[in-house]
Amino acid sequence: MKHLKEKILRIATKAQEGHIPAAFSCLDLMWVLHDKILQKNDKFILSKGHASIGLYVTLAEKGYFDIKELDNFGKNGSRFGGHPDRTKLPVEASTGSLGHGFPIAVGEALGIKIKKSDGRVYVIVGDGECNEGTIWESAAIAAHHKLNNLYLIVDQNHSLDEALNPHDLEKRFEAFGWYAVSIDGHNHEEICKALTHGSIDKPTAIIAETIKGKGIKIMENNPEWTHKYPTPEQLEDMIKEL
Amino acid sequence: MKKQFPLTIEEVIRDDRTILLFADVGTFGFRNSKKEFPDRVINVGIAEQSMVSIAAGLALQDFIPIVHTINAFMVERALEQIKIDFGYQKLGGNFVSTGASYDMASWGCTHQCPGDVGILKNIPGMEIVIPGTDKEFDSLFKQSYDNGCPTYFRLATQNNPESREVVFGKANVIKKGGRATIIAVGPMLQKVEEACRDLDVTILYYTTLQPFDHEALRENINGDKIIVCEPYYSGACAVDISSAVAPRAVEIVYIGVPREFPHCYGTVNDLDAFFHLTTSDIKARVENVLTDK
Repeated sequence: MKHLKEKILRIATKAQEGHIPAAFSCLDLMWVLHDKILQKNDKFILSKGHASIGLYVTLAEKGYFDIKELDNFGKNGSRFGGHPDRTKLPVEASTGSLGHGFPIAVGEALGIKIKKSDGRVYVIVGDGECNEGTIWESAAIAAHHKLNNLYLIVDQNHSLDEALNPHDLEKRFEAFGWYAVSIDGHNHEEICKALTHGSIDKPTAIIAETIKGKGIKIMENNPEWTHKYPTPEQLEDMIKEL
Repeated sequence: MKKQFPLTIEEVIRDDRTILLFADVGTFGFRNSKKEFPDRVINVGIAEQSMVSIAAGLALQDFIPIVHTINAFMVERALEQIKIDFGYQKLGGNFVSTGASYDMASWGCTHQCPGDVGILKNIPGMEIVIPGTDKEFDSLFKQSYDNGCPTYFRLATQNNPESREVVFGKANVIKKGGRATIIAVGPMLQKVEEACRDLDVTILYYTTLQPFDHEALRENINGDKIIVCEPYYSGACAVDISSAVAPRAVEIVYIGVPREFPHCYGTVNDLDAFFHLTTSDIKARVENVLTDK
């Protein structure tokens, strides 16, 4: 993961654009999904679209495009921006406005069920995103339709706990009729195990405990770094720290 | 039109690409379709924003979603979902609303939505259809439901007495005259025809507002005045009309719903009277414009 994080740091710093800490908190989740889980008919939606730079380096690493394309991240003429645009990129949904990607994923899972096709739908939301009403509307709808082909991963980096207590997300999803499990969102083995769990008639919610800015001490859980970029000296120190 | 929609659905739902989502509105009317195609006729519950996003997910799975509820809750509550999940993502789907501007006059302003057309005009790629009769809705819907664009259909309780042969994206010339051009949108045609029966004016009938038929207007500007009679907040098509008219010097007058909350109840006709939109009001207003030098 270190080399992916180094790429995120270098690209975001050069562009002075992108949410580095948000990308670091869900990078392990996205990497395991793309490296070990996703099959031909599966879909993945990054509902917390502001972590796009993490998705871009993951997709580049998996060969979807040349990493050099990210040199122009966020700049005029680039197809890679602060939030992904599905009309320009090999991503499933254009996300950014929170609370959209998850219900879109519910629609995809429902469509797959109706067509009696195989394929699973995976979606990452932020724990702050769970403030949005559509998350809970759609959670109820997904459970009602028994979408056991739907896997929701909550990137629980606690960045919004102060504003609104999320309470016990595992219990909340269970109360909505989901199978729910809590894991260490940086432990690849636990991620993999949770993502391969099968349920007969329930969607799966994986509450992934994560650290915003994971791997860079000054950045970890530090709101100052939400939109901040390192100086050239800080950048080299951070890369050493990784 | 509210009764026609379930009948149209009973036919269209046979296309196995279609799927109907509704937010607990029209449930009884869809019972036959639900019985025959339970997987593709879904009451999602009262969750309009999620309903629209879920419809987008279904569109990504190659379905043609048809979304239905009251326009206030579809257009105003779920506006961002229509804008981003369909408009920005360039997905096709159909949004069939009920309620028009104040069809639910007795229910109060919470269930009224005269702003829908003007709001949706701001979504690039959005198509807007305002039929004037059941038959016109049925025809326009069947012409366009699978065209790959997000399309809004505005159902209304006020129907014109006669259906026209309507073509998606095209305006109809109802009559030709020399003193002015009157644009009648959807269910306004009945009032406009009656109001202008004895007047030497051109009447153009628009049932598709987006894409706007600029050519029909450009070719039928008679006199130096255009009067736009529209059943929603007036001026929603002002940019289309002024660009079609340019560079001619023509006075443009809008007769539509004023931007005002009617803190009163009653029937559609009561609110028409409240807003000075009865046939006699329109006749007087048109005559005033024509005589105004």
